Amino acid sequence: MIPDDRKYSKEHEWVKLEEGSDALVGITHFAQDQLGDVVYLDLPGAGARVEQFAKLGEIESVKAVSDLFSPVSGEIVDVNQEAIDHPELVNEDPSGRGWLLRVRLQDPAELDVLLTAEQYTAFLEESSH
Amino acid sequence: MAEQLNRTPLHGTHTSLNARMVPFAGWDMPVQYTGILAETRAVRSNAGLFDVSHMGRLDISGADSAAFLDWIVTHNAANLRQGRARYALICNESGGIIDDTVYYRVAEDRYLLVCNASNRQHVVPWMHRWIAERFPGVSVEDRTEATAMIAFQGPATPGLLAAAGDVDTSRMRFFSYAEGNVASRPAFVGRTGYTGEDGFELIVDAGDASHVWRTLMEAGAAPCGLGARDVLRLEAGLSLHGNDIDTTTTPVEACLERFVRLDKEFVGADALRRQNEQGPARRLVGLNVQGRSLARHGYPILHQGSQVGTVTSGTQSPTLDRVVAMGYVFSELAGAGSMLQIDIRGRLAEAEVVPLPFYTRDVGR
Repeated sequence: MIPDDRKYSKEHEWVKLEEGSDALVGITHFAQDQLGDVVYLDLPGAGARVEQFAKLGEIESVKAVSDLFSPVSGEIVDVNQEAIDHPELVNEDPSGRGWLLRVRLQDPAELDVLLTAEQYTAFLEESSH
Repeated sequence: MAEQLNRTPLHGTHTSLNARMVPFAGWDMPVQYTGILAETRAVRSNAGLFDVSHMGRLDISGADSAAFLDWIVTHNAANLRQGRARYALICNESGGIIDDTVYYRVAEDRYLLVCNASNRQHVVPWMHRWIAERFPGVSVEDRTEATAMIAFQGPATPGLLAAAGDVDTSRMRFFSYAEGNVASRPAFVGRTGYTGEDGFELIVDAGDASHVWRTLMEAGAAPCGLGARDVLRLEAGLSLHGNDIDTTTTPVEACLERFVRLDKEFVGADALRRQNEQGPARRLVGLNVQGRSLARHGYPILHQGSQVGTVTSGTQSPTLDRVVAMGYVFSELAGAGSMLQIDIRGRLAEAEVVPLPFYTRDVGR
């Protein structure tokens, strides 16, 4: 449920470094589970800039609307159109096909302040007590 | 401050099945098991189970119980035949809706009345007030905690229920009830529901609830939570008290006139007759909403840039694959085909007034 090939934010987003300085951004299994059925993604388009820990967009489930926060700063180079067209992908495969954005990182060192899979697991356990 | 939540007799069953529990109307209730949309589809295509034990079950008896009920509900009670059920509103003197209810006539001088969970605390004193003033021979016994109530809903339920006991569902009309055994436990079985689908509501002893639930689950019914129940009732155009109707709205405004008998005397009748003659200033309408973002309770409804109403309920309809909503709008804009807009957190979505319900099952009642 918590792949160790990426970093995590305390807002329950993940960021996975790809080749070069591009990274995929998505929400965690825990986040999709808390949201329930996702019905709508409100994301900025390619070319938009995002700032680490700043509001990036909104994710809406039948239950509620929640803010999405960017785990990294940079420029959006791609948006997952498949997830926008089929938001249930975010529930079904949040770590894979349900990714949200591809971001060209402004400063890969930002990843250092994010949580490892192990730290994120511990964070989830702490917050559940 | 932590509130002490009530637990239904099925609470342990829900937690052992890993349902997500939420506080609702003072009760710790399952909001979902697998997912709201999947549970909705299960009810539309096959069968679903809902714990509705949080709803109030009141046993009304006494020689005057028919006259008493006729005084406090908007529909007829005295002419309801034994074995049948009816839906009606309980109104205050100004016609505001204290609660909506289904009542079953179980004997000449006895009714079972089901009310909403959070309204039981208002309905029971309201009844005692009128009993004291006008119907001294009537008694009300609150059976809520001694029993459990399970809604068993979906097109497969008549067959599944018949197979699970000795209730002959083929002889039961919609809004009737029968008594028999389900999973070898005595059950009061109403052919009623809040999903727009064929189905039943079972009342069993608190101690039998878990066994009955498990048996129906093993027969193929999907356990469902309040989330799916809300989507199903909205698709079926059914109002939720506290959301779409309350003491500030009337049955005339809420388009519930078919459950009101203006030719009889009851609490609120004068006010409702007056409003019916003058025509209400606003009406509850169904709305087909463009886009995928949900129109939620409280969002403004606009026409030519001015607010003309407010959304009371909205959801993604998995059955119709679109966003649907209900809300009150000025009566002159309430006709089908009226083009309005909904302010969804600063963005305007086009919304068309459509007749309710959004969804009707194929099989006739």
